[in-house]
Amino acid sequence: MTILFDGIASGMLLFLISSGLSVTLGLMGIINLAHGAFAMLGGYVCVVALDRYGIPFPVAVLMATLSAAAAGVALERLVYRRLYGAGQLDQVLFSIGLIFVSMALARWLFGPQPQPIRLPGWLQGQVQLPWIEIGVYRAFLIVLGLVVAVTLHRAVGVTRFGARLRAAVDRPAVARGLGIDVDRVFVVAFAIGSALAGLGGAVGVELLGLDPSFPLRYLVYFLIVVVVGGSGSFEGSLVASVLIGIFDVAGKYYVPQVGSFIIYTVMVVMLIVRPQGLFGRPSP
Amino acid sequence: MGRSARIVAAAFVAFGVSSAAWADEKPVKIGVIASYSGPYADYGRQFDTGIALYLKEHDGKLAGRPVEIVRKDAPGAAPDLAKRLAQELVVKDKVNVFAGLDFSPNAFAVGAIAKEAKIPAIVMNASSSAITTNSPYVARVSFTVEQVSDPMARWAAKQGIKKVYTVVADYGPGKDSETAFEKAFVAAGGTIVGKVRTPLSNPDFSAYVQRIKDEKPEAVFFFFPSGVLPPAFLKTAAERGLQEAGIKLIATGEATDDSYLAATGDVALGLITSHHYSRVHESEKNKAFFAAAKALAGNDLVPSYFAVAAYDGMAALDLALRKTGGDLDGAKIMEALKGLAFESPRGPIEIDAETRDIVQTVYIRRTERVNGELANVEFDRFDRVRDPGKP
Repeated sequence: MTILFDGIASGMLLFLISSGLSVTLGLMGIINLAHGAFAMLGGYVCVVALDRYGIPFPVAVLMATLSAAAAGVALERLVYRRLYGAGQLDQVLFSIGLIFVSMALARWLFGPQPQPIRLPGWLQGQVQLPWIEIGVYRAFLIVLGLVVAVTLHRAVGVTRFGARLRAAVDRPAVARGLGIDVDRVFVVAFAIGSALAGLGGAVGVELLGLDPSFPLRYLVYFLIVVVVGGSGSFEGSLVASVLIGIFDVAGKYYVPQVGSFIIYTVMVVMLIVRPQGLFGRPSP
Repeated sequence: MGRSARIVAAAFVAFGVSSAAWADEKPVKIGVIASYSGPYADYGRQFDTGIALYLKEHDGKLAGRPVEIVRKDAPGAAPDLAKRLAQELVVKDKVNVFAGLDFSPNAFAVGAIAKEAKIPAIVMNASSSAITTNSPYVARVSFTVEQVSDPMARWAAKQGIKKVYTVVADYGPGKDSETAFEKAFVAAGGTIVGKVRTPLSNPDFSAYVQRIKDEKPEAVFFFFPSGVLPPAFLKTAAERGLQEAGIKLIATGEATDDSYLAATGDVALGLITSHHYSRVHESEKNKAFFAAAKALAGNDLVPSYFAVAAYDGMAALDLALRKTGGDLDGAKIMEALKGLAFESPRGPIEIDAETRDIVQTVYIRRTERVNGELANVEFDRFDRVRDPGKP
């Protein structure tokens, strides 16, 4: 039971960090490999706010989310928008470059050492229930992950903005003709993607650690989630994250010798069975 | 910027004085190959601190000769680059000695060039056992992974611990550590009840730690490169209550590296580690060394075993050059380096006459709070430990 719980928590953290990528890469179709850089920004903002200024954890997380969103808007306006029509290789090269810039910046500002985080007392420790031990922090991750999943699902699937976004991505010319401000929709969507990255980065510091090589170290995990989940599908990302989390944790527990390969095996099998991803639309 | 400028300035003052007095004396040229940029740029700064400090204390001279340092940047594990830089140092800069060498692959590459060009290479960090075996022109003043892992096993056995679970990062040094620990522990009558190698970019240790807890060993030995992984592992271990479940945590000094210990935080308290240097090592020499190195390095760098090894490397070269009477011939310097024994800030050290590898005291330390800061307090020791990887 504990293993299952840990797996779900670990998967939720993956979802929190990767969900933003399913907005930018999945919905908007930008190959944004620099996603981890926004997560790292969130992490640093959170750590600095907590440690240096003693700001309470929830406020620090909110600040991290907002600053990642702000950085997202700034970068979208300055550079990303030039890449919407560009080839995929250009987007890959650009965002990889952005990763290196962000790593150098982080090293310059904060030094190469990992940053410590002190979670507030109410997030630490374990609660002993009759049949399961629950880490409070992990329970928090699961709840937060569910909240984000539901919110996103409603925001993109149900609201007017969601409809506009999907229209703007699929047929920008027609969307423009219908009076949708495509530019604005894209800025907002990109900001949401970055904000989610910042949120995930901030709450993930405890488990993932934080140092300047963060964006590269976890890049593979972000991509696996989006690929397995199917691009542009939050349900897909959520299910994929949780599955990967459970397989990862269970694999490491029961067969520790090969545990770290399990998630790649899962990915390969999933891609063979469903190349378009769990919930992905078949490519046109 | 400030601190490196200060180090360079200190070195310049020293060189300036010496070159005025010994204008006709040919300088000893030392080519330092290390990481000066990228994620590991601190390693280069640590080396610079140790080297600059030794020169400052000796009027910028080694055996009466002025010194010229040529720095080359080989960031991270980059053997091809290190090889090319070493060739450049031989052909263009005409150095007399190689020094630095933070990563083992780079040290292997430079060792090959050293052998070909008959130029001594002083390894100031790279800790893979075979580096000294592969090239007769390499001498090491740092440590080997096996050398610090083996005493931990012997200490654990001495405490009556019989069953140990080992966890190491899945890369070269991790495997070396695992093997050395297991060999020494089994030889001392213990049993390894389980071992696991975790990927280097492991985001979550919960499964591994839960497994260890359910396995109920008496102790768990772990080895991770210093940085993100040790605190992550310690946090998970604390959260799952390994210590409360009666499972002791033991590790090598990488887990409580002086330069990262403050960031690791209270989860490191009480951890038992084995290593060759702690910044709070009790000796006059270390007190003086640490204070001076700290002043030279600036506020954001805690001088660690890197700086100590660089300082000792210069000391070894100084002593060797005295033995050769200032002769810079590579073979003669190598001969003079063999069998050197002197006092380092970490305690007494020797360069083995046979293997050219370091022989030193390995300390068993406990992480405690000293004057409000976390530190590795030494409480037991193994004297004159050789690299167990050598025959």
